[in-house]
Amino acid sequence: MNMQIKPILAALRRHKAGTVLIALQIALTLAIVSNALFIIQQRVAHLSEPTGIDEANLLVISNQWAGDMSPQQIDAQILTDLAALRQLPSVQDASPGSGFPLKGGGWDNYVMRTSEQVEPTTDASVYLGDEHMLDTLGVKLIAGRNFNASDVARMVERQVVIPSTVIVTKALADHLFPDGSALGKPIYSMSSTPSTIVGIVERMQRQGVTNWNKPYAYESLLWPMRQDSGGLYYIIRAKPGQLAAAMREAPQALLAQNRLRIIDPKDGGSYAQIRERVYESDRGMAILMGIISVVLLAITAAGIVGLTSFWVGQRRKQIGVRRALGARRSDILGYFLTENLLIGIGGVAVGAVLAIGINLWMVTQFEMERLSLVYVGTGVVLLLLLGQGAVLAPAVRASNVPPVEATRSV
Amino acid sequence: MFSYYLELALRSLKRSPGLTALMVLAIGFGVAASMTTWSVFRAVSGDPIPWKSSKLFVPQIDAWGPSGRSDKDDGEPADAMTYMDATTLMGAHRAKLQSAMYQIAPSVVPAQAGRHPLNVTGHAVASEFFPMLDVPFLYGSGWSAQDDAQRSAVAVISSRLNEKLFGGSNSVGQTLNVEGKDYRIVGVMNNWNPQPRFYDVVNTGGFSESIEDVFLPFERAIAVSIPSNGNTNCNAVPAESGFVGLQHSSCVWIAYMAELDDAAAVSMYRDYLTAYARDQQKAGRFGWAPNIRLRDVPAFLDHEQVVPSDTKVSLLVALGLLLVCLVNTIGLLLAKFLRRSGEIGVRRALGAPRKAIYAQFLTEAGVVGLAGGVLGLLLTGAGVASVGWVLPKSISDLARLDVSLLVITLAVAVVATLLAGLYPTFRASRVQPAWQLKSN
Repeated sequence: MNMQIKPILAALRRHKAGTVLIALQIALTLAIVSNALFIIQQRVAHLSEPTGIDEANLLVISNQWAGDMSPQQIDAQILTDLAALRQLPSVQDASPGSGFPLKGGGWDNYVMRTSEQVEPTTDASVYLGDEHMLDTLGVKLIAGRNFNASDVARMVERQVVIPSTVIVTKALADHLFPDGSALGKPIYSMSSTPSTIVGIVERMQRQGVTNWNKPYAYESLLWPMRQDSGGLYYIIRAKPGQLAAAMREAPQALLAQNRLRIIDPKDGGSYAQIRERVYESDRGMAILMGIISVVLLAITAAGIVGLTSFWVGQRRKQIGVRRALGARRSDILGYFLTENLLIGIGGVAVGAVLAIGINLWMVTQFEMERLSLVYVGTGVVLLLLLGQGAVLAPAVRASNVPPVEATRSV
Repeated sequence: MFSYYLELALRSLKRSPGLTALMVLAIGFGVAASMTTWSVFRAVSGDPIPWKSSKLFVPQIDAWGPSGRSDKDDGEPADAMTYMDATTLMGAHRAKLQSAMYQIAPSVVPAQAGRHPLNVTGHAVASEFFPMLDVPFLYGSGWSAQDDAQRSAVAVISSRLNEKLFGGSNSVGQTLNVEGKDYRIVGVMNNWNPQPRFYDVVNTGGFSESIEDVFLPFERAIAVSIPSNGNTNCNAVPAESGFVGLQHSSCVWIAYMAELDDAAAVSMYRDYLTAYARDQQKAGRFGWAPNIRLRDVPAFLDHEQVVPSDTKVSLLVALGLLLVCLVNTIGLLLAKFLRRSGEIGVRRALGAPRKAIYAQFLTEAGVVGLAGGVLGLLLTGAGVASVGWVLPKSISDLARLDVSLLVITLAVAVVATLLAGLYPTFRASRVQPAWQLKSN
């Protein structure tokens, strides 16, 4: 093989245009495909982040009050609703809520360690609920205690109520108190009134999962409070395997209690539906990048087949001469494979630089992270293998050219 | 002569169906991917009110100062307004037309017994909102300045809500129960749903699947405490509780728009905003120098980055695909043309000028481009129809297949293929007749 490289280079010099075009195509394909693969990986990793809650059995119902109801009437109605929900045969537990993980944005507060602090320490997603909230969500309490019924406060629209107790996620506890001493400490959430950390839960995703939320991932705080105006969410945990029954029964049970309410079917739902909504654009981008990558690779492979076939056709006579002079079939096959490998190496070298360049430019223009070299490496291997695979059929055809071809004049 | 070249081209393409199919597929896919993503980009980056957007301005007033911008200090004031600033601007009435507004999501109880209440979205706005944005009416009109002042219980509804509640008949003068209180309907809008929702980008992020069903007078909505359903951003927790506490607070939650018809009006308004901020500084409310912005609608949409970066990245990647397809086509056309060096040699030897070779081969490239364009049209149609599968519905629903998109798709395919054919044709025209004749 080694001794063949020189004549191959000499031959390529006579096909400059074709060589450059194949190499260019490989370079562009590599640049795009490695960035596309990177985007796919980022999006898939993002949408497979765990929430820390019992998603398989959870159901969220968005409930708005209609007509003119006083906060007292609303609070009484919430309590009756919850009692009715908890009695359903398919329901394990239920809690009122102001939001839910993966809601796609919602209430979040700055959190500080002292009341005099000007710069916030961090930002936490705020969840309201009652003493049933932890059991309903299925989050794991790793330190301290759950809320009890006497902790639960009431709040009407935009009332400033700071409950005296708070449960935080481990991520928030570690951010606020890196030495692990969070339990029992007061925190200040945009107020000079403290809330004392009475419990720490293992993990609970934020309501929003956009780029803005990334620095505060999994930092959530839970306040024992019912919201007695506007509307609320009922978070319902079905008994294992009975989610479908709960989804049927729960809205009916609520409407049977009182018809003056609006249950928004486009909000909440099962976690399959909630995930689909919040990660819609991530999943879409991953699919789109996947489709474009496949089309790109297919077109590049087809282009290599086409151009190599043409070269084989053009060189039939020379191949015949080589065969007549004693070259074996494997020599001819090796010639075309090596030729393609050389062009491919040239192409991926340019392509790798291009891939990194494009990524660096996108980092400045869009919310994009730096391309990991693993994806460029994967792309390089993929394209070299693709080139070898594409050239195989024309190369086999070339190796089948009989030596007698040398004697033909056309 | 053209029909002769056309015949030659078709004959040549038929001779190598595999290569021809490959080129047509490449062009088709490349063009379709680009055109599909471009149709989405075109929809989201479009001007929602082209005849007037340069006269509509969004004022911003910095009510938080430097300490309110902890994450990135670019000096930009918040993109919404405090209640206090918005009502002062309304009271001063310095623009030709203006409106403060906030997003609402009240419940509407249908008059017919036994029907479930509906949850609708809309805005609380001033009377000048309707003439300022040229809102089209099916029946009636907006309310008057007097209704604003008297906090009248009047409402403008969408044609969709009118269809749902009144069967599409003229409902002006009828009663609408909003949050348990009766409102007199004064106008029914005629299918008005501008995208991006330029009058309140802050609360919608620009695009929204929901249609605005109800508009109520701003002062009235405040008086009966219809809460804001939009974003509320605070640099500090309000000192007082409730909706009134929000109105007295430094939280920003109100959108604002003003119509300023010429440069003089714009500069006067800018001076007014600066003077207002300076007065606030003197009064001790603002501890910083006046920091205001006055952007027109296109500049504000750009500032708010309403075009999602995913849409831009998709378009760029699709254009990259088209580029690769073109490089591919150049290679294949080159192979195809040079394979016919013998034929070219004969034609040249018989007296055909280079120009004739150009005409012949560019015709062939054009035919490939046209075929690729037709395939691209079909694929673009399929792409636009199924783009909702990969992009959020609020955005993908805006992508339309119209005549201009079809024409552009065909034109891009043909022009791109002709460009791709230039180099191979140049090479074909350089074939030496003597050399070809001799070697044969």
